[in-house]
Amino acid sequence: MDLIMTLGYLLVFPGVVFLFAYATFAEWFDRKVYARLQNRIGPLHTGSSGILQPVADFIKLLSKEDIVPAKADKGLFNALPLFSLASAIAAFIMVPVFRVNLPYTSFPGDLVVVVYLLSIPTIVYFLAGWSSTNYYAMVGSFRNLTQLFGYEVPLFLAVLAPAMLAGRWEGGVWLSANWQISEVGRFYMAHPYLIPVNIIGFFVALIALQAKLERVPFDAPEAETEIVAGALTEYSGKKLALFRLTIDVELVAGAALIAAVFLGGFVLPPAHVGTIDFSPFFSFLLFVAKTLFVIALLSLGRALMGRLRIDQTVAFSWRWLAPAALVQILISILLKVLLRL
Amino acid sequence: MPGIRIPIGPQHPALKEPESFTFELDGEQVVNADVRMGYAHRGIEKAFEDRTFIQGIYLAERICGICSTSHTTPFVLNAEELLKLEVPRRAQYIRALVGELERVHSHLLWLGVAGHEVGFDSLFMYTWRDREHVQDMLEVLSGNRVHYGINTIGGVRRDVNADQIARLKEMNKLALARTEYYIRLCTAEPTFISRIKGVGMLPKKDALDLCAVGPMARASGVKRDVRKDDPYCGYDEMPFDVITADTCDILGRAVVRALELVQCYRIIDYILANLPAGDVKIRAPRRIPPGESIARYEAPRGENIHFMKSNGTDKPDRVKVRAPTYGNMPATLVTLKNCFVADIPIIVAAIDPCFCCADRMVRLVDRKGRDDRWSWAQLQNFAREWISRNRRA
Repeated sequence: MDLIMTLGYLLVFPGVVFLFAYATFAEWFDRKVYARLQNRIGPLHTGSSGILQPVADFIKLLSKEDIVPAKADKGLFNALPLFSLASAIAAFIMVPVFRVNLPYTSFPGDLVVVVYLLSIPTIVYFLAGWSSTNYYAMVGSFRNLTQLFGYEVPLFLAVLAPAMLAGRWEGGVWLSANWQISEVGRFYMAHPYLIPVNIIGFFVALIALQAKLERVPFDAPEAETEIVAGALTEYSGKKLALFRLTIDVELVAGAALIAAVFLGGFVLPPAHVGTIDFSPFFSFLLFVAKTLFVIALLSLGRALMGRLRIDQTVAFSWRWLAPAALVQILISILLKVLLRL
Repeated sequence: MPGIRIPIGPQHPALKEPESFTFELDGEQVVNADVRMGYAHRGIEKAFEDRTFIQGIYLAERICGICSTSHTTPFVLNAEELLKLEVPRRAQYIRALVGELERVHSHLLWLGVAGHEVGFDSLFMYTWRDREHVQDMLEVLSGNRVHYGINTIGGVRRDVNADQIARLKEMNKLALARTEYYIRLCTAEPTFISRIKGVGMLPKKDALDLCAVGPMARASGVKRDVRKDDPYCGYDEMPFDVITADTCDILGRAVVRALELVQCYRIIDYILANLPAGDVKIRAPRRIPPGESIARYEAPRGENIHFMKSNGTDKPDRVKVRAPTYGNMPATLVTLKNCFVADIPIIVAAIDPCFCCADRMVRLVDRKGRDDRWSWAQLQNFAREWISRNRRA
């Protein structure tokens, strides 16, 4: 029974099947918001107001011709899409969508694991570009890595701050940070007045996530007008479909991480009506609302700005993002020590 | 990684038309740039020789899809000069009106493309929406949105009535208001500015030496505008300023174009308020007396030069078109040196390139008189040999 539950959790809800549905929905939502901000209509024809358009795109790509460059390292080239998709899905499964405590998916330290799992796709893009032996792809993969060094540290520092604030005191000793995502969320659910404290970290993490997802203004690694599609230039057909799905899953996982850590998470205390516990249902609604809010902010950023050059991106990350994240950590530590929360 | 050579084009997402650039890179830095033109050669100059002058107007209109009246006007100006026709002032004003509206939609188009090249797609979507508005104005005027078919030898083909003038005045106000918003936007949005400020420098000396034209030259502080220097179509009577900038970079080119838009609206307002009465056309004979003529025209992209030689029949003996993109090519290669890879698209886009208009062909004829025409069988043989030579081992 336990095994079936676990498999169901991993494969159906909130695992692969739900994730596919929600990731494509998130892409549709992102495209629609972006389009409305640009005075366009966006996807319209597939499904109700185009809601199935990302699914249709996915299926179309699956049916397309799949080309492997003659000089590419074939094994690596073929394996990479699966690898990146798997790591993105694993990252998402670690973020508690509703109140289920499975030992595989929620444990002290899962916050670190999620951040690292989310950086695997970037490294995969680098390898993908490198293994496809195309100049555009190579330039793109260099930029991938360069950008990784820019945003990774600020992102990590930013999610560190709320985790520190949510750390426990035991016997007058501060037991450092709380590294469990669901626990961090629960802490802020219990102390909602502390959510605004992390506002700087929230925006740092949002910007770093935008850079991680390679969206405007940080889309230099896949700048269409310069290097075609960056590291993924040589990819086509099924593999490209998987890579695009990876990006959607990353979007959802990143948004869920930020919502869980900065916006109070989705884990509600039990709410019994009669004998039925409705809290998982409300948790899920909360999850949808908060992730869509984060995604809408990301879409807004995409519509408002132009693309930065890669050197400008890195300079911006180190000049502004990293110090801002450090300031946030300082605020968290001071509050924690002064108020003995 | 010094010495990497990457091709941009002939097929590349940054280029809307085929053109082959080769860049020598040192990391992200461009060391050297080279261009090879001629991928969209259409044989238009030769085609003029098979058409009558009247048919030639419609062919000239199709040299460029964006600045179509910029090619018909110099074409008819040449024909009228050879015929020694005095075109009615009302016709000249209508030509200028269409020309200015065309400049507006071309500059709005450029602003959008520039935004797209630096990844600022929202600007692209908004300016292109308002370009539609300007095209609607052209539709009110001529019934067409792209190829207006307004010019003919001896005048214009359509008159403007009071109702049209009233509607255009109203529409012009909206266009002006929207443009003022874009001017604020492209001088204030930090990511946009950071991508175009100090990028693609063209010093004034180079602009003069390499004969840059249009906004490209004006952004380098060269005050050169055919409308002022060699007025045609009554521009000497119209109030407008030649906009220049001395920053020599893409920001300067953007500002010059954006502020020129305001001058365009000024001219349009003036024309609509002061349209002279009278005929719009005088009859022109079909045959044009022998002679040669050159016309200069300030197209949205810069100075456009047409040469026409007539041999006394109803068809021109030779028509030569020097489109502004061609004039700007040498200067572009200067601006591309020592730039970043990331800046290539915006630097190329900053001249507002229209490669199809610029593609001309020169054929070097063997002096020994050898025939270098190939038969179909020879071509097939050549293809087979080429494939077997280049087939992957």
